[in-house]
Amino acid sequence: MQQKNSSLPFRILKGFAMFWWDFLVGDTPELFVAAVLLVAITTLVRVVWQLNGWAVVVLPLLVILSLGISLRRARRLAKK
Amino acid sequence: MFIGAAVSSGVVVLVGAVFLASTVEMVEALTIVLAVGRTRGWRSAFEGTGAALVVLAALVAAFGPALVQIPISVLRLLVGSVLLIFGMQWLRKAILRASGLKAKHDEDLIYQETVAELRLAGTTPGRDRVAFVMAFKGVFLEGLEVVITVLTLGTSAHRLGLAAITAVSAVVVVGVVGVIVAKQLSRVPENAMKMSVGVLLISYGTFWVGEGLKVKWPGNDGALLVFVLLYGLVAWLLVLSSRPKSSLVGVA
Repeated sequence: MQQKNSSLPFRILKGFAMFWWDFLVGDTPELFVAAVLLVAITTLVRVVWQLNGWAVVVLPLLVILSLGISLRRARRLAKK
Repeated sequence: MFIGAAVSSGVVVLVGAVFLASTVEMVEALTIVLAVGRTRGWRSAFEGTGAALVVLAALVAAFGPALVQIPISVLRLLVGSVLLIFGMQWLRKAILRASGLKAKHDEDLIYQETVAELRLAGTTPGRDRVAFVMAFKGVFLEGLEVVITVLTLGTSAHRLGLAAITAVSAVVVVGVVGVIVAKQLSRVPENAMKMSVGVLLISYGTFWVGEGLKVKWPGNDGALLVFVLLYGLVAWLLVLSSRPKSSLVGVA
């Protein structure tokens, strides 16, 4: 009975974690990594180096670059 | 009078993103509900749909006020990051479909597959559990993405009510139109809508990540429209550059 009770929260937690994993990572882990990197780089540019003008340009450019890299990966997979 | 100067570009992008995302997801959900209703009866299909909508509304009601308690710069950074990932996933998929590298979403095929699956499932005495579960799952799973879009965009912009009303409007519009032209769901330009949602989500994502990191955008809210135009142009160029010489289908 006790084991049954303790397994329910675990199952709920596991299901919750799996949902977010599928939602954020899924079959495009490169986009998740790219998002983490572009937040880190923009933090460096804006918060550490205090370069607002550069941050305005760098952030959208990194988004475009990430999308381009992910599409290139998809094209490579399609050719296989 | 209603459409005055007070309606900022942020509101336009928010309403557009939530309405289009909700419409796309609800078209997919409606395909399943129609298949369930026609094959197994409407009562269980409606019950499953109603139960799923209640659970989805409860999720918005439970998590919305909780998210608002998070400090605004932290919330915007988190939400912006999620929107960027989510938006790039949508846009990537839509570009691959538009360029022919991935098979397009076919509502007719999904309808036929669902009907075949339902016919194979045996009948149960009393309430049709199979039909209820199928309708519930279809609406709930498609609706979860809508809930996340409503919660993230709505709470960051401090317009959760507007985001929720927009999503409900889309559900009602798709429901009414879907019932009237049930056989023409496949004619909905789903991929173009998905691409628009992707562009709007990454525009908002870029804007909120910047705001979360104290980036001062030129033109404040107006920067959102610049992002929409920029990413729209980039998406169009990427579709053109992704078109293969020979038609290939089957990318994850």
